Amino acid sequence: MDNQLLSQCLKEIDGQVGLDPAAVRNEVELLKLLCSEGEKRVLKSVRYTSDYVFPNGCRTPPWRQALNEICYLVIEPCDTETLHITCSTAGYFLNGGIKQEGEESGYERTSDTYEDLEALLKSTSPHFAENTNKQESAVQELPSTQEIQHVKSVDAKEQGQPKLTMQDVLSTRYKNNFELFPLWRTLEYRCGFGKAKENTFSLSESSGEEKSGKIQKRTTGMGAKPKVKAGFSVSSLPGCMSSRKIEAEKKKLSESSGEEKSGKIQNRTTGMGAKPKVKAGFSVSSLPGRMSSRKIKTPAVAVPVDAFSETSDESSEEEEPARRQDSNTAETPEYYLIQKLVKYLTHGNQMVTVLTLYHMMDLNLMQEACQLAIWDLGGLQVLINLLDTVEYKCKIGSLRILRIISHNVHIRRAIVDMRGLKGIVKTLDSPIKQLKALAAETIANVARFHKARRNVRRYDGITKLVKLLDYFPNLAKMTGYQENDVDVALYGALALWSCSKSTKNKEAICKAGGIPQLGRLLKSPDENMRIAVVGTLQECASEESCRMAIQTKDMIKDLLKNLRSDNDELQIHCASAIFKCAEDKQTRDLVPMYKGLQLLVSLLSKADNKELLAAVTGAIWKCSISMENMAKFQDYNTMETLVGLLIDQPEEVLVNVVGALGEFAQIPANKTTILKCGGIRSLMKLLKKTNQMLLVNISKVVGACATDMDCMAIIDELDGVRLVWSLLKNSSADVQSSAAWALCPCIMNAKDSGDLVHSLLGALDLVVELLESTNNEVVVSMCAVIAKIAIVKENMAILADLGVIQLLTKLASTTDDKLRRHLADAVCQCCMWGDNRTAFGEAVAPLVRFLKSKDEAVLQSTALALFELSWNPHNIITMHERGVVKPLIECMHSRNETLQDAAAGCVRNMRMMANANRDARLYK
Amino acid sequence: MKRRSMKSLAETISKQVEHFNQTEVECLIVEFNALLGEPTSPGRAATGLERGKFRSILHNIFGITNDTMVDRVFRTFDKDNDGVVNTKEWIEGLSVFLRGTVDERIKHCFYVYDFNGDNNISREEMFHMMKDSFHRLSTEEDPDEGIKDLVEMTLKKMDHDHDGRLSLTDFEHSVREDNLLLEVFGTCLPDPMRIETFEQHVFQELK
Repeated sequence: MDNQLLSQCLKEIDGQVGLDPAAVRNEVELLKLLCSEGEKRVLKSVRYTSDYVFPNGCRTPPWRQALNEICYLVIEPCDTETLHITCSTAGYFLNGGIKQEGEESGYERTSDTYEDLEALLKSTSPHFAENTNKQESAVQELPSTQEIQHVKSVDAKEQGQPKLTMQDVLSTRYKNNFELFPLWRTLEYRCGFGKAKENTFSLSESSGEEKSGKIQKRTTGMGAKPKVKAGFSVSSLPGCMSSRKIEAEKKKLSESSGEEKSGKIQNRTTGMGAKPKVKAGFSVSSLPGRMSSRKIKTPAVAVPVDAFSETSDESSEEEEPARRQDSNTAETPEYYLIQKLVKYLTHGNQMVTVLTLYHMMDLNLMQEACQLAIWDLGGLQVLINLLDTVEYKCKIGSLRILRIISHNVHIRRAIVDMRGLKGIVKTLDSPIKQLKALAAETIANVARFHKARRNVRRYDGITKLVKLLDYFPNLAKMTGYQENDVDVALYGALALWSCSKSTKNKEAICKAGGIPQLGRLLKSPDENMRIAVVGTLQECASEESCRMAIQTKDMIKDLLKNLRSDNDELQIHCASAIFKCAEDKQTRDLVPMYKGLQLLVSLLSKADNKELLAAVTGAIWKCSISMENMAKFQDYNTMETLVGLLIDQPEEVLVNVVGALGEFAQIPANKTTILKCGGIRSLMKLLKKTNQMLLVNISKVVGACATDMDCMAIIDELDGVRLVWSLLKNSSADVQSSAAWALCPCIMNAKDSGDLVHSLLGALDLVVELLESTNNEVVVSMCAVIAKIAIVKENMAILADLGVIQLLTKLASTTDDKLRRHLADAVCQCCMWGDNRTAFGEAVAPLVRFLKSKDEAVLQSTALALFELSWNPHNIITMHERGVVKPLIECMHSRNETLQDAAAGCVRNMRMMANANRDARLYK
Repeated sequence: MKRRSMKSLAETISKQVEHFNQTEVECLIVEFNALLGEPTSPGRAATGLERGKFRSILHNIFGITNDTMVDRVFRTFDKDNDGVVNTKEWIEGLSVFLRGTVDERIKHCFYVYDFNGDNNISREEMFHMMKDSFHRLSTEEDPDEGIKDLVEMTLKKMDHDHDGRLSLTDFEHSVREDNLLLEVFGTCLPDPMRIETFEQHVFQELK
């Protein structure tokens, strides 16, 4: 009943409304568009006070709706303070600032009532007024907008939404959203592929219908000079067309837009001083394939006229910084030629099409201006559409152009946005080899960014490309092989290379059986082919499933063979393929079989090519994980060379060099070598870098070297402990934990380490803080560090003050063996001091559970901790309750003496207490 | 036709015609006879495929649909100009059609395009071949304008000796530069897919 009353009430209110909610909404939407980023923005923000919209479109509470108020706005202009605005049917006015609903005082009117928001803002914000005026002045001479309205509604049916200036947008506020979409459709329409015709109509019609009387009213009184309008649209073009050009465009459009409608235009545009054609010209001229801006929700209206369609354009690009460098497509003769050719292409039959495509090849297709002109003039869409025909000659002609112009970033994106890849991928199935090769080559060019690669995969392109590799002749029977076949395979490989940069594509290549095929092509005599193949392989090698396929004997052998070539690029890819593959032991063992290690070391001399150096050092790093390989490397004095590479190298190289040193430093003798070559000194300097991968690797080397007293002395001298400790502040968990691991031996071996730690300001706080990290590895490493810190009494005291006991106790519930081990160590060490044994009372029960672990290291640490804890009678009681004796006895069976001792000691303490207890009772 | 006489015919033809061996020629003769069907007017044995039949063959089997081109192709097949394509002419024609070398194909196309047989393709001939090539071009614009323009552009590119017309040398030169130009003035050869289908159909017994 209440609801009924309410809605009835609302309906009534609705009836009275003069300025309707829809109009307000549109005006607000428009203003929101003005809140773009950047210097040129007019407003900071526009928002409603309430998100709830009543069925009648109002946002005010019902009792305020009764007062004809539609909604409240909060607008932040750039120059004045925040404005609280009431929108009512009577108009817009400032209110007292409605902060909370129900606070009646805020609703009061504090300014004059304005007919529209713009006027209100102009009167309150000089900045707003100035900016809007600026834009208006550019449009001043437009024909009366009332006329535009007329034309527009007709026009919209014809060619979608014309682009307008600020003023126009303001007056036709709702159309923004449709703006670019129909344009795109129009292009299709114009190109004679009018599938989307109906779509366009329905869309633009709906936008036309929304027109409200108010808008027309407000925009009357402007000078009617249609020519200027054409001029304006010119300025929005990349290549400033002259009005002559517009004339041509105009003509074409009016022709292509279908006779059936022209009569209508005439009817509806009477009363308009200008010729209807001008309008047509208008929308055409702003047409140039700006499809990509379809995605943009907020056209940069606030930006002055000229950059209208360009600036906001590619803002949503992910991978390539694609921003069209416009305005230099000067009106060259070539531009007209392209225009003409595109026209022939559109209107000619198959013969003319082939002929025209032939003539297009004479254009300067590598030139960006030319590429963009083809796109802008609708040629690109036609070229793509040609791929859907059955005529193979047209396809060949079209792809010959596409493969060249697709070198351009923007064209690539446009092709993908026009769904061009579908046709191109389909063409791979053609029985004509030339077509296959061309299509593959085009894909190789286009698939340079994520979306394109995904599309290729979705259209099943990967499988098809892998099939192209079959065309490579079997080397055993070279007879009857044709150059064509090699081309098909080559471009197939190139396309796969482009595609292989996406993870899912790598899997797809592997799944399609591409890896063995590529392996076969590794033997190709053609260097370009080998580069493409190795490039693909090294991309794929980052996926484990692919690596399995690569690790065959032959492929590693061939990779190493190619590594011997004198082509730098080939060497780079081979080295990085080995780098990635050598993650697995199988590959590591295969590399020395073919003298790969020596080869890698010898390549270190090519220090000028940083990319190669990075790949080679990476391969050395991974290969050195195997001890046998490391021994071989030592024979070649690799370490000395590597240490030399610690200076003045790019980070990519450093990461790998340091990584390799980290492996080498596992062997004690090598630590001295690193020290002797001045490696420690270089490493300490590198600690100031920010590359996280690098820092992790440095920490590992430092940690390994710190076990050597000579090295430690140098580290100490260079203040290395402090440097490593400061890495705990790094945001990466990997860096934190690796630094912590490095700290453990440092603390152990540093001179006066107690004082050292003590002197590091906030160092202990940091450790305790990280004990609460969500990353397990970090927590584990912190436990290890604490176990070392706690050796010094004073430091332990500080740790205890920081609440470390409670934190460790909390961690005791873990089931992770690694954490258990280091946690037990930390507990054990902490127990040495003060009444910590008592403080750990609650940790005893969980610690007993650790004894269930199968890991001997865990058992040892736990036994030691329990032994320490067992000096406290309460702990013994807890332990006993938890049934500690049985597992401890089992531990005593162990061959590990430390474990035996600790377990036995613990049991002894328990017995002692039991005896004491009994004695006490006996002799009471 | 008797088995033996066909054999001897095939033998003689296979010696004269390149690209086909004797058995293949036999198959083509069989196909020819099948296409010939029953003689149209009883009593007078058909000596070969007449224009109408040939047209539908080109249309249906080889995908050559343009009337002008069909007519011209018929003329190149019908070497003795007697209005019918006889067995030998059929096989000779198909030799180029199906397996012609680049040279043979260039010559074939050139003769198709050379209407008056003066060994040159003139502006007028090009224009003639291209007429009606534009559709839906504006009402205001003269469609011939575009064709004329295209003819001039094409001539400019292909006329290497600058005599205002295309000689066989000019044509050959251009096609060798860009094989897309082979059938530049209209389809007069079957496309690879159709060739394959036809060969499969005709030579299926051989496999």
